[in-house]
Amino acid sequence: MRNIWTIAKREYDHYFISPIAYVVAFMLLLTTGIIFWIYVSDFVQNASQLFGQTPDITPLNGTFAFLLVLSVPALTMKLLADEARMGTLELLLTAPIRDFELVAGKWLGGMLFILSILAITLIYPIILNGIQIGSFTVLNGLVSPSIDMKLFLSSYLGVILVAASFLAIGVGISALFTNQTAAFFITLIAFIVLWWLIGFPANILQGNAGRVFEYLSMQTHFSDALNRGSIKLTDLTYFFSLIALGLFTGTAAVEFRRWN
Amino acid sequence: MIQVNGLIKDYGARRALNNITFDANQGEIVGFLGPNGAGKTTTMRILTGYMPPTDGTAVVAGYDVVEESLEVRKRVGYLPETVPLYTDMTALEYLKFMADLRHIPNSEARAYETLEQVNLKDRANSYIGNFSKGMRQRVGLAQSLIHRPEVLILDEPTIGLDPAQVVEMRNVIKEIGKDRTVLLSTHILTEAQNICDRVLIINKGKIVAEDTPENLQSKLVGSQRVILRVRGDSDGLDVTVKKVKGTRGVETKNDDTVEFEISSGQDVRPQVAKAVIQAGYELIEMRPVGLSLEEIFLELTQDNSGSKKS
Repeated sequence: MRNIWTIAKREYDHYFISPIAYVVAFMLLLTTGIIFWIYVSDFVQNASQLFGQTPDITPLNGTFAFLLVLSVPALTMKLLADEARMGTLELLLTAPIRDFELVAGKWLGGMLFILSILAITLIYPIILNGIQIGSFTVLNGLVSPSIDMKLFLSSYLGVILVAASFLAIGVGISALFTNQTAAFFITLIAFIVLWWLIGFPANILQGNAGRVFEYLSMQTHFSDALNRGSIKLTDLTYFFSLIALGLFTGTAAVEFRRWN
Repeated sequence: MIQVNGLIKDYGARRALNNITFDANQGEIVGFLGPNGAGKTTTMRILTGYMPPTDGTAVVAGYDVVEESLEVRKRVGYLPETVPLYTDMTALEYLKFMADLRHIPNSEARAYETLEQVNLKDRANSYIGNFSKGMRQRVGLAQSLIHRPEVLILDEPTIGLDPAQVVEMRNVIKEIGKDRTVLLSTHILTEAQNICDRVLIINKGKIVAEDTPENLQSKLVGSQRVILRVRGDSDGLDVTVKKVKGTRGVETKNDDTVEFEISSGQDVRPQVAKAVIQAGYELIEMRPVGLSLEEIFLELTQDNSGSKKS
């Protein structure tokens, strides 16, 4: 556990001096910011019709999750591929840490970075809701009634799980390559398939085959479930399976490098 | 400290290590001498737990490198040939990271201490990316020393350093080797002579000779080549040299130069000089040709019936 944390901490610190990480953070925050602005101004314009309805933040998180398809490959591509290229992998593989700890540490480092960006987006629900501690109002909310807390939590849990799954797959693919550009594109393709392309056979095919594809699609578990406030075990299982698959692939790839 | 027995490593169809057996004791500096691709790095990678062998066993600091890899890695310091550094970190950050990976309490203090050991304390907060080759090498060495390992494995520790840095590096290694086991690889003969208690010569995945540097050297001097130059007319010079007992392989290189070999350990250079002068030549130079590693290998592999043992 301690080794995972040491690796994760280095990786996390490393993001803050890497231009790619800033580009990713900028893209995620700018896009969600614009969407929030459009959303609020739309809400204000149509206030008379929407009177009494609660605004929700799920479109923001939906966008955030979609942008992860594009940005996570940029964050994970170098995690292990670059270590292999620079020769520092030899350092880590001869240090007294398990291969799994190395892979999990890299994953956790990426996870902490995404969580940091995600934490900044909490500003939107705070603007809408205000902050209340007990009976004391710290910040006045923008809307009344305030946003649906259960939906809010489910939606954020969804984004976190999407990020965790993507990062795990990204780390796994990065471990397979020495070239980070190759790692980037393979990861991107994997995400596009998971997020999007797998939905087509799910729609066309009838019966069980269609259901299998539907289950494999990430949209089924995020956009149609967690981001709508439904937390079900099948959806959680799906995400945890992806995380396990990614980390296992990464560990196996590192192990394979030793034998090769 | 290190016991290697019948180590074999195959890369696909190519056999990189072919039945390597040797050992190294505590407080001993053992040199691994051999050309590129001889199997030095492969052996070191197996001993450090980086990769498993195809066959054979290796025990380092009392632990098997395959079965108890983590225990071995805790006790071994390793400097790979391409020094593995994070150029975006400062020397201190880098060493602190390595110390944390090895669960060293008070990692920052230890990092400072180790930087002092390699004379880099004043550059602790500089980025490794801005370091010269020699400084990087020293940071790499510091990394391998950070946990005060029982066994130190250094792959070409002086490669690419300038002469002053080479001397400095050798002194650091000698100092460390006093109470620890050091295995270092090199392809420079003088380096092995300078710092090693014992030298293993490895070629094509096999150990072809193993001895103290002094013994190896004296054995090799037995067949040293000598260059002899005269001024002016050199007709018949080769015949004159050939007449001296104990010379062989006499060759005329240029108009004024003759190269020959001194056989079987007896140094007949004074006799050659006398004969040349008596024959009326103006002798201006006589020097041994520096024995390159390749020549040692030729020597060791050509008559492998006689000189292989020892």
